[in-house]
Amino acid sequence: MADQEQVFCNLTNGGPISVYVRDGKIVRVRPLQIPEAEYKPWVIEAGGKKYSPPKAVRLSPPAHAERNRLESENRILYPLKRVDFDPNGERNPQNRGKSGYVRISWEEALGIVSSEIKRLTDTYGGSAITGMTSSHHNWGVVGYKMGPFSRFMNMLNYTPVLDNPDSWEGWHWGATHMYGFQWRLGMPEQFDLLEDALQNTEMIVFWSNDPDTTRGTYSGQESAIWRVWLKEKGIKTVFIDPFYNYTAAAMDGTWLPPRPGTDTALAMAIAYVWLTEGTYDKEYIEEKTIGFNEFKDYILGAGDDSIAKSPEWAAAECGIEARKIVALAREWASKRTSLSSGARGGEGSACRTAYGTEWARMMVALQAMQGLGKPGISIWGTSMGAPADSDTWFPGYAEPRGQMGKSDVAKNKLSLQNKTKQRLFRLTLPEAILTGKEEFWGDGFCGQNLEQQFKQNIYPMEGHSTVKMFYRYGGSFMGTMSDTNKWVKMYQSDKLEFVINQDCWYGSEAKFADIILPACTNLERNDIGEWAACGGYTTNAHIGNNYRVIVRQQKCVEPLGESKSDYEIFTLLADKLGMKDLYTEGNNEDDWARLFYESSDVAKTLSWDEFNKKGYHLIPVPENYKSKPGLRWFAEGRDVDTADSGNPKRGTEKAKELGTYSGKIEFASESLRQNMPDDEERPIVPHYIPSWEGHRSEGYKKYPLQIISPHPRFSFHTAYDNHTAWVNEIPLHRVEKDGYQWWPVRLNPADAKVRNVKGGDIVELYNDRGSVLCIAEVTERVPAGTLHSYGCSAKYDPLVPGKPGSTDKAGCVNLLTTSRMLSKHAPGMTPNSCLCELRKWEG
Amino acid sequence: MAKYRFVIDVEKCTGCHSCFLACKDEYIGNDYLPTAAAQPEKGHTWIKLNETEQGQGTKIKVDYIPVMCQQCADTPCAVAAPAGAVYKRADGIVIIDPEKAKGCKAIVNSCPYRAVYWNDEKNLPQKCTMCAHMLDNGEKTTRCAEACPTGALVFGDTEDKNSAISRILAEKAGRVEVFKPELAVEATTKYINLPKPFIAGEVLLADRPGECLKGAKVTLTAKEDDTFLLEVQTDVFGDFEFKNLESNKNYIIKAEYEGYYFTELTVRTYASQNLGEIVLNPR
Repeated sequence: MADQEQVFCNLTNGGPISVYVRDGKIVRVRPLQIPEAEYKPWVIEAGGKKYSPPKAVRLSPPAHAERNRLESENRILYPLKRVDFDPNGERNPQNRGKSGYVRISWEEALGIVSSEIKRLTDTYGGSAITGMTSSHHNWGVVGYKMGPFSRFMNMLNYTPVLDNPDSWEGWHWGATHMYGFQWRLGMPEQFDLLEDALQNTEMIVFWSNDPDTTRGTYSGQESAIWRVWLKEKGIKTVFIDPFYNYTAAAMDGTWLPPRPGTDTALAMAIAYVWLTEGTYDKEYIEEKTIGFNEFKDYILGAGDDSIAKSPEWAAAECGIEARKIVALAREWASKRTSLSSGARGGEGSACRTAYGTEWARMMVALQAMQGLGKPGISIWGTSMGAPADSDTWFPGYAEPRGQMGKSDVAKNKLSLQNKTKQRLFRLTLPEAILTGKEEFWGDGFCGQNLEQQFKQNIYPMEGHSTVKMFYRYGGSFMGTMSDTNKWVKMYQSDKLEFVINQDCWYGSEAKFADIILPACTNLERNDIGEWAACGGYTTNAHIGNNYRVIVRQQKCVEPLGESKSDYEIFTLLADKLGMKDLYTEGNNEDDWARLFYESSDVAKTLSWDEFNKKGYHLIPVPENYKSKPGLRWFAEGRDVDTADSGNPKRGTEKAKELGTYSGKIEFASESLRQNMPDDEERPIVPHYIPSWEGHRSEGYKKYPLQIISPHPRFSFHTAYDNHTAWVNEIPLHRVEKDGYQWWPVRLNPADAKVRNVKGGDIVELYNDRGSVLCIAEVTERVPAGTLHSYGCSAKYDPLVPGKPGSTDKAGCVNLLTTSRMLSKHAPGMTPNSCLCELRKWEG
Repeated sequence: MAKYRFVIDVEKCTGCHSCFLACKDEYIGNDYLPTAAAQPEKGHTWIKLNETEQGQGTKIKVDYIPVMCQQCADTPCAVAAPAGAVYKRADGIVIIDPEKAKGCKAIVNSCPYRAVYWNDEKNLPQKCTMCAHMLDNGEKTTRCAEACPTGALVFGDTEDKNSAISRILAEKAGRVEVFKPELAVEATTKYINLPKPFIAGEVLLADRPGECLKGAKVTLTAKEDDTFLLEVQTDVFGDFEFKNLESNKNYIIKAEYEGYYFTELTVRTYASQNLGEIVLNPR
C-alpha cells in the first residue's frame, strides 16, 4: 500500500505541506515533512535562557483541511452559463442572483467570453472592461492572482479596480502622516523584535490585536510558541479589545474592553497622564519628533476644542474607569512596554472604524512618547520578527519582480503597458456602476509616496468609457466588504452588460455571473513559492516564520472536473483573441516557474534541477547573524540598517530619517499641513471625534448594539469557510442547528436576557441597511452593548435569492455595515462602526 | 517495550483546533486496518476541544481542554464489549477492533468520557487509536501532536526516560492529574493545568475612589478549618486573584490596607467568582 503512495510538496497561505497521493487522489496532507537534521534553528539568549524554535513547521489551522477543501462540494467543476443569459438576445441582468445555470463546454464558454471582449473593446475600447480578484485563496508566484490575471487584463487595456488596504486602513490613511512607512502601507518594520522583546520588554499592551488568530497574515502558527515563551517569562500583558480575544484567553492578562470606536479617547487620556505627570521621554520628543507642543495643547485642553483629554473625560467615552486608565498609563511609562497593535505591527479592528486614522496616529504617538525604537519599546504585533537571512531574495507574489506581467523574466511587461489610465475603487465600485460616475481619493494602496493619498480620481476619466463588463475572479465580497447589499444591486444593473466569475469554489458572488469558469487550486498545478513571503508592501514577511522555506509547489493531482489553471484559462482566451504569443511568450507554467526561480538569489547556490527534485529548500540563518531591531537605528540616530528594502531613504544622505516630510515623528503632520490643511476630520494634530455611528450618534437610540466584525479565526477571510466541511464542524466557527451551519454572534448575558435570547437560539441582527441570521453564543467575552461576529462568511444565502436587502441566513454580517468611510478624505472601510439591534428569529 | 501516552498542558492550548482537523484528515475516508476503519465524513470528533469559560465581567478565563480516548487502565469499553472486540496492546494503546466490534453500541455508551463515536454506516464504534498505524509504521508522533503549535499536546513513550513526555511528567510531577478523576477509571492520559475555580476582585479605598490601589494585602483562608492558604498583594490595577481553588468549597477572602478597616467575605466556589469592588473604609 505504502509503495503506491506518492508524496508531493506544496504550499498554502498557512504554510508548507506534504501531500500524500494514492491512485490519483489525495489521501492526507501533513505539515511539510522535513528531516530534523536539515533544520538549523536560531537561538535567542535572554535572561539566562536560550530560546529556540521546534524543528517543525506550524501550519495555520485550516491548512490541515486542505484535502477537504480541494474536494469540496462547492468546487466549480465545469463552465456554466446562466440559463436566461443570451449574449445574442435577452441578457436579463435583473435576474443575476436569481436564475440557475446550465453546463456548457469550454469551447462555448471561451467563445462567449472572447467575443464579448472583442465586441466591447471594438466598440468602446479596453476601458469598458473592468475586473478584479479576491485574495488569499491560493499560493504561488506563477499562478497567484497578480500573475496570470493581471498580465491578461492589462493586455486588454482594462480599467483596474484599486484595492483598499482593508486590514489596516487607519495605519495607511493616518499613521503614515506621522511616522512614514508609506512603503509598508503604514505598518512599521518588525525586524528582530522577538529578540528585543525577550531581552528587554517588561510589559506588552495588546491593543485591538489578536495575533493568535491573525497569525502575522501568512505565517501559520509559527509565533504561537513565542507567546508561550513571553508568558512563561512572566511578561505582564494587557488586552485592550471589546472582545476577550483568543490571545487574551491564551495569555491570561488584564482585560480592558473599551466601547467600540472610542479607543482614540482612551489613548489620549494615557497621553494626558504622561503629560501631566511628566512621565514621557522628553529627550526623545525633543530630538526625534516635531509638533509636540501643538499635540500637547490639544491633549491638555488648550487646543481648538478646549477639552482636556483627562482620564475622567475618556472614561465617559470608552466606559473604562478613569482609575484603570491612570493605572495603565503609569505602568506603561514605568516599564519597557511594547505596544502590540496588530498582526504586522499595524492592523487591528480599531483601525477599521470611523476616524480610524486618529487611533493609528495615537498608537504611534504613545510609543513616541516612550521612546519608540529603544530597547523593549516597540510597536510589535508579536507575530513577526524572528531572526532570518533577509538578504537572500526570492520572488513574492506582491512584488513586481514576482509577477509575470512586471518581472524582468518577461520579455513583454504587459502589466505595465496598459494604455487605460482610468481607475475604479473597490469600496465604491457598486456606486460607480450604478450611477455611472464616481470620485475617490487616493490610489487604493498608496505605497509610492505620501502625496498619492491626496490625488483625486474621477470616473469616468476623460476619453474613457464607463465599464460594461466585469471580469470577477473570486467572490468574497458579500462577506468581506461593507454595506454589501449594494453589490447585489450592482450585479443586477443593466449597465453591466456582461459578468464573468472565475474561481475554484462558489464564492458569495459567483451566482451573480453570466458565465462561470472553473479554476483549479494550486494543488492541481505546478508553481514555486516561499512560505508567507508575499513581498511588495510587506517585504521580508518570512520573519513571521521560524524558518525560511522555499517550496517547489508540485502538482499533486489532475485538476478536478474540467477545472483549469488560471494561466491555462487566460492562454486559451488569449488564443481566441489572437494574442496567445504575446501573452505566453512561448512559456508554459513550468517555464515561468523556472525563470522566476533562476532570477532569485537561491538559484545562485542551488540549481533548478536540484530544487525541482527535492521539492523544498530551507534558507538558514547566517552563523554570524547580527540582530538589527526595527527602528533601533532611528532611536539611536544611525542610518537605517534593517532589511526594510522599500525604505526610499536607505543608502541616501537621509538614511537616518523616517519617511515623513521632516524625517521625524510628526505629532503635527507636515504632509497633512501641506496637502490638506483644512481637513477637520483628519486634522494636522490627531483628534478624537466621536463616531458618526457610535454611542453618541443619533442612530444609537434605535439601534443600541455596537457590532464589531474582526478577521476570523478558523478561515482566512472567506477562504476555507463554507468550502471546507471539516472547518465548518469547528463549533467556534459555525454551529449546526436543524441541519444548517449557522454563523455565531457573541453577546453578553445582560443583552441576551432583555431580549429573551438563549445560547443556541437563531437570532436576527438588523438595521436600516440589512438583516442577517446568526446563532447566539451568550458569553462574558463581550461586554453589554457590544456584539462580536467575525466578518468573513464565504456563503451568502438570502431568504429571497437575488433580492437586495433580503435576510441572509449564512452570516454575512457586512450586509449591516456602512458604506461611510473613515472620514471625508480617508477612503477606508469601517466595519467596526456599526449599530444594529438583535431579536430572536421566529422563522 | 514502549508505553505510549499523551500529556496535555491545558494552559498552552489556544483552542486552534489544528488537532481536530489533522485527525479528520488522517481518518476520514482512510482505512488503517487492523487498528482503525475510516472515520465517517461528518460528526466524529475523535479529538475535541471542550471550551470552558469562567468568571464574570472583565475577570474571566477561557480554556480549551483537548479530550480524546483517555486510554483508561480499567477499560470500561472492553468490559462492555464482546470478547476481543476491545483490547489493549502491549504498548498501552486501547484498540476497538473494527471487525469484532461491529454492531456493539454498548461500547459507545460505556465510555464515561463520551470519547467513543458510533459509525452508522459501518455499524461500528470508533475512537482515537493514538495513530497506532503510524507508530506501527515507525513514526514517532500522532497527527494531533504533530499539528499542535504550542506543545500543549505531547505524545510519546513514557518508558523512554529521555523522551519529551517523560521529561514533562518528571518536571511537573506534582501537578499532573487526570481529566474528571471522579470517573475513577484510571485514565492514563495525563493533564496539567486543568481549569479550576478562581476568585478575583479589586480592592479600593472609600476615600480614594479615583485611584487603583496597588499593594493591598489579600489573604485566602479555608473556611472549614480556618487554614491560612495564601497571601497576595493587589497589582497596579488594584486587582487580585486566587487561582487553582477547589470546587464547592468555602473560602474566606480578607482584604487589608494600613489605616483602613479590613473587609472579610466568605465565598463559595460553586463557580469562579469575580467579587467586583471591595471597598475599604478609613479608620
